[in-house]
Amino acid sequence: MAGILVFADQKNGKFRQVIFEMLGEGKKIAKHQGEELHAVVMGKDIGECSVSLAEAGAVKVYLIDNAQLETYTTDGFSKALAELINQEKPSLVLMAHNAVGKDLAPAVAQKLETGQISDVIGIDFENGVRFKRPIYAGKALAFVSFTGAASPGIVTFRPKFFEPAVRQAGQTAQVVSFATGVSASDIRQIVRDVISKASGRVELTEADIVVSGGRGMKSGENFKILGELADVLGAAVGATRAAVDEGWIETQYQVGQTGKVVSPTLYIACGISGAIQHLAGMSSSKYIVAINKDPEAEIFKVADYGIVADLFEVIPALTQEFKNVLSQRA
Amino acid sequence: MKIVVLMKQTFDTETRIALDSKGDIDSTGVNYVVNPYCEFAVEEALRIKEQFGAGEVVVVSVGPDRAESAIRKCLAMGADSGVLIDDPALKGGDEYTTALVLARVLEGMEYDLILGGLQAVDDGSAQVGSRVAELLNIPQVTIVTKLEISPGKAVATREIDDGMEIIEVPLPALFTAQQGLAEPRYPSMKGIMQAKKKPVQRLTLADIGIFVDQVGAGGARVKLETLDLPELRKAGKIVGGEPGDAAIEVVRLLCTEAKAV
Repeated sequence: MAGILVFADQKNGKFRQVIFEMLGEGKKIAKHQGEELHAVVMGKDIGECSVSLAEAGAVKVYLIDNAQLETYTTDGFSKALAELINQEKPSLVLMAHNAVGKDLAPAVAQKLETGQISDVIGIDFENGVRFKRPIYAGKALAFVSFTGAASPGIVTFRPKFFEPAVRQAGQTAQVVSFATGVSASDIRQIVRDVISKASGRVELTEADIVVSGGRGMKSGENFKILGELADVLGAAVGATRAAVDEGWIETQYQVGQTGKVVSPTLYIACGISGAIQHLAGMSSSKYIVAINKDPEAEIFKVADYGIVADLFEVIPALTQEFKNVLSQRA
Repeated sequence: MKIVVLMKQTFDTETRIALDSKGDIDSTGVNYVVNPYCEFAVEEALRIKEQFGAGEVVVVSVGPDRAESAIRKCLAMGADSGVLIDDPALKGGDEYTTALVLARVLEGMEYDLILGGLQAVDDGSAQVGSRVAELLNIPQVTIVTKLEISPGKAVATREIDDGMEIIEVPLPALFTAQQGLAEPRYPSMKGIMQAKKKPVQRLTLADIGIFVDQVGAGGARVKLETLDLPELRKAGKIVGGEPGDAAIEVVRLLCTEAKAV
């Protein structure tokens, strides 16, 4: 058993916030188990990016630099990562529970015939190491552990649930190149195109603030006022399934049981009734503000602050007031 | 076109969850449904079959006796037949053991593609489909919102965190469905009547040649230790007054009291 290994998914040499959250939590596990914290970066021409991982606490950074890993594919990445794990035998492998991690983790887990605990939101160190994860869309919590047959344990972390590692400038890591045997013939997925739908705003699952609209928005055009509020706050825009089904906004913005699960510091629910399926996607937000005309709306039962009024009057007023307050701060 | 759909029966998404006296999920009075993500997969399978004008859709599920009703629902939507693997020794299993069982059943079947849900709405682990593809050594694409099938290959649109990827794979391959892939149809009265007569094969572990100690708690890689219920959020403050004034007050509360902004 050698180390807690964080899969540090990179894009153009940059890491998402969740990578640093995993390094922060990984360090705690490593300390608890008397092991080292390691990280692995995969891609093509990825030399420089180990610095931030070292500053965040990784004492060893594996680089798997290979032309076949320039673009993410399930086959290429799972094969290369499984090779590294087979050689280095970490006790735990940590990945993000996002589009890449959800795809990669089970493929690696099965290649290694090991267990995976998905979508972890907390760790209990009291009784061995138990991972806390939401089940039934957050309506219950399960504490789960690996059995003796699981080696290594693979864990996917829900973004925004853990404090990111404190970075210490100047802290360095041992950088180790790992040569993978992955070749073009191993990869059966041909990536024809990658379409970035980045709206210029922060991504929904990584956002500190989410401004979300439901049926009460009445039209796709009206989502513009949510966008204006979001831009003042540096927030992401979300929506309910109802709004998506109406065609007012694309599926990728849906928050809920069959959409994205978000845990921002602040969730502003506009014209959202609070159906149980929507609550499943946002009830772990730190603060919830609800704006709805209907005082009986379920959303008010989970909101820290509620305004019972016409959202078309409230949202522009919120936008203006946030603008005032934030400009005074600047 | 032979299509296999992996399906799990789950609690209705409206269900309020409680724990019983032993600390397990209380299933009293619970309404069971086809896992919504699997329902997208069933619908997509039916559309592909219709598009090709020929073929077969087989629904395969691991679950207890009651899971047959979910298979019948898929048959009522238009699937041709079902397979249910039900064995008391499966209790205490995990995603690894479930995938082992499914892959063993699929090894004995002919298929051009396998569809499944991205995840089940009960345990939400998003693993079984990928594991089955690995076991069968066929390519996979997960979180799929669009699928175009042509002879020998498929082009799938896969959701990523900030957009989408268009991925081509040779067939046979496995795909997991995300919302948006296909809006499930309601079974017609005729479909419901026909479903009663469609074949559902029942298999035990002995039938598929899996030993009891390979599955269940003995074969599992993860173990459920305890369950708990989350702390319920409490209703907070309703801020009254004119909409404009209420907005100003909420901004003040968020900045000073909550320090959320």
